[in-house]
Amino acid sequence: MKNLIIMLVVTFLGFSSQAQDKKSKYEKISIEVNGNCEQCQKRIQNAAYSVAGVKSAIWSIETHQLDLILNKEKATVEQVKKVVAKAGYDSENEKATQDSYDKLPGCCQYERK
Amino acid sequence: MKNIAFFIVMLFSVMTFSQEKLEEVKVESKKKGIVKSVSKISNTSVVTSKELLKAACCNLAESFETNPTIDVNFSDALTGTKQIKMLGLTSPYILISEENIPSVRGASQAYGLSFTPGTWVESIQITKGAGSVVNGFESISGQINTELIKPMKDIPFFLNVYGATDSRFELNTHFNKRVSDYWSTSLFVHGNTRVAKNDMNDDGFLDNPLGKQINLTNRWQYTNPKSGWVTFLNLRYMKDDKQSGEIHFDPDKDKLTTNYWGSEINTERIDFSSKVGYVFKDMPFQSIGFQNAFSNHNQQSYFGLNQYDIKQQSFYSNLIFNSIIGNTMHKFTTGLNFTYDKYAEYVNLEDVSRIDNSVGAYFEYTYDDLDAFSYILGGRLDYHNRLGAFFTPRLHVKYKPWEKAAFRFSAGRGKRAANIFAENQNLFASSRVFSVLDTNGKVYGLNPEIAWNYGLSFTQSFLLFGKSADATVDFYRTDFQNQAVVDVMNSPQQVLFYDLKGKSFANSLQIDFNVELIKHLNLRTAYKYFDISTEYLSGNFQRPLQAKHRFFGNLEYETDTTKKGKQWKFDYTFNWLGKQQLPITASNPPEDRLPEFSPSFGVMNAQITRVFSSVFEVYIGGENIGNYQQNKAILGNDNPFGPNFDTSIVYAPIFGQMYYAGLRFKIK
Repeated sequence: MKNLIIMLVVTFLGFSSQAQDKKSKYEKISIEVNGNCEQCQKRIQNAAYSVAGVKSAIWSIETHQLDLILNKEKATVEQVKKVVAKAGYDSENEKATQDSYDKLPGCCQYERK
Repeated sequence: MKNIAFFIVMLFSVMTFSQEKLEEVKVESKKKGIVKSVSKISNTSVVTSKELLKAACCNLAESFETNPTIDVNFSDALTGTKQIKMLGLTSPYILISEENIPSVRGASQAYGLSFTPGTWVESIQITKGAGSVVNGFESISGQINTELIKPMKDIPFFLNVYGATDSRFELNTHFNKRVSDYWSTSLFVHGNTRVAKNDMNDDGFLDNPLGKQINLTNRWQYTNPKSGWVTFLNLRYMKDDKQSGEIHFDPDKDKLTTNYWGSEINTERIDFSSKVGYVFKDMPFQSIGFQNAFSNHNQQSYFGLNQYDIKQQSFYSNLIFNSIIGNTMHKFTTGLNFTYDKYAEYVNLEDVSRIDNSVGAYFEYTYDDLDAFSYILGGRLDYHNRLGAFFTPRLHVKYKPWEKAAFRFSAGRGKRAANIFAENQNLFASSRVFSVLDTNGKVYGLNPEIAWNYGLSFTQSFLLFGKSADATVDFYRTDFQNQAVVDVMNSPQQVLFYDLKGKSFANSLQIDFNVELIKHLNLRTAYKYFDISTEYLSGNFQRPLQAKHRFFGNLEYETDTTKKGKQWKFDYTFNWLGKQQLPITASNPPEDRLPEFSPSFGVMNAQITRVFSSVFEVYIGGENIGNYQQNKAILGNDNPFGPNFDTSIVYAPIFGQMYYAGLRFKIK
């Protein structure tokens, strides 16, 4: 039993150290996006997913944080900010036009900073 | 009786102890017992550990008593084990797994659920309908997966003592230790015993078996969040002995003689399983897992003059890869499966041993539009030495038409080799002659069972007079293409096994309505309709021992937890069963005849729990409080070696009312 455990541990450590050496092309980034409700959540996430290279996009109603996992070789945060703004949602440095803001569903008329 | 009195005294002495415990303030939100997940694509409900505390006792088979999706049958006099049904089909048609490794199958089909003590369980996921392809091709009516308490989340010590008026006693102790930052281990020790002979209906036979079980498991968990590696190792040993039959039966003198009728079922089982998982760095959506399980199951038994021995050595292996296509709206799971089962099986010394093995590959795609529509489409291709090469498709679709509502649809195929003797071994405790009528098939002469299952479900949550409520309507149909028919409709002296010649189907309709009547008072109700019809040699009949109409009600009430952590919990369950088709007994002499249908009846269970603090609580309860008893539990009980003897026709409780008490103590 003990031997088995030691063996397993050694295998893990071997693997994991290897895994850490490899340069990942994926990047985890979190940005603040202004919004209110479940509707906004759907719209923001859908907008983010429209960018090729966005692997995962989860926006939190509580914290207003959009957690992204990007393929760095294909997508940039700026691209995501642009499409999210186009959908009507402000983030840092990238504001939605008044026109697209006005088109937002009623519950999504968040307070603009 | 003396034992019980002693036990109660012990309970009280522990109670006085606990009152000197320190005060503790904790804010906890109310947890629900059964969670119907709106987010899951399949029709899955999760039974939490809280719900498990409501069931009287004590093992997995008994933990579904407060759940309308699963029907728990009454334990027969012989084995004392409760069998479960889903969509009207018995447990062989349900894939029962423990931590996603198939556990109750083959030789363990009849008693396997009673080999997992309830206190070990963290949660149970119950999926109605076809289910996922990841765990195999055998599931037809549903899947039940049990998660045991994880060593990393466990508390250092847990003790549970239970005693009941049917003279059953249980002891559960859990020990947990964090060995290092990444390693934790748990040791679970379970023992149960029934010490006294009970014969409440004065038929000369025990109402429930004498027995003892010892069950040990040692679990190891390795979790390293930095590297993404997770590992579980489990080692388990179980030994279970049961004795039943006539009160005066003494195994040392009367075994396999006609002095007295008696039976012993002795099972010994060893399990070892390992799981290794790795979540890719910076890619939480991609992971790889490898599960391996080995088990050795050995049952030695006799029922009167019938002898039945089965030994199964089993190996299971599953390699799973999860990832996404493009982004997390498109997920997939793919992998390879291998199973090996070696059966050494002897029916009255006739050797029916066999070896089964299968290898398979599966792929399952999950689409989620992040809004209203999602589906899981899966398929697997298997090669099995007895079932041949075949494809298993499965589909689950969910559509949310509006807020708090979901439509679900599922369809899928299942295929399995019926272990006719292991699954129907309760029939050995009768004078029935076993005959397998077909000879061309590869499993005891029979062909594999094949069935399609389709289901439709609609669920809606809403506010009723300001109280949260929900309603669900489910309809499922199982169509058998082939079935290993178990025929007790031909003659009371025979049981026939043959390949389905005509039509066989199972329709089930379930309507659920749940509401919080007033704060902390929850009502759960369900009505179930079953139409389970099979063409037997003697004609078309409803499946014997299955009620067409069932009604279920559960009422639970809890007081607010006081600052000191004190709380009362009350729970009441009512089950009503309509008339059930009974096996044919018309050709027997009048005194050994049963009517064509059983009467309808209701059964009530109740439990009260007193929580003294977060570390100590006691509970008392009663089962079958209305004291309903089956009229004639054993046919031909006055002549057990005669032609009309049959213990297998159990449609209602045999033992009358039963009361129990227990305690739980934790060190956190």
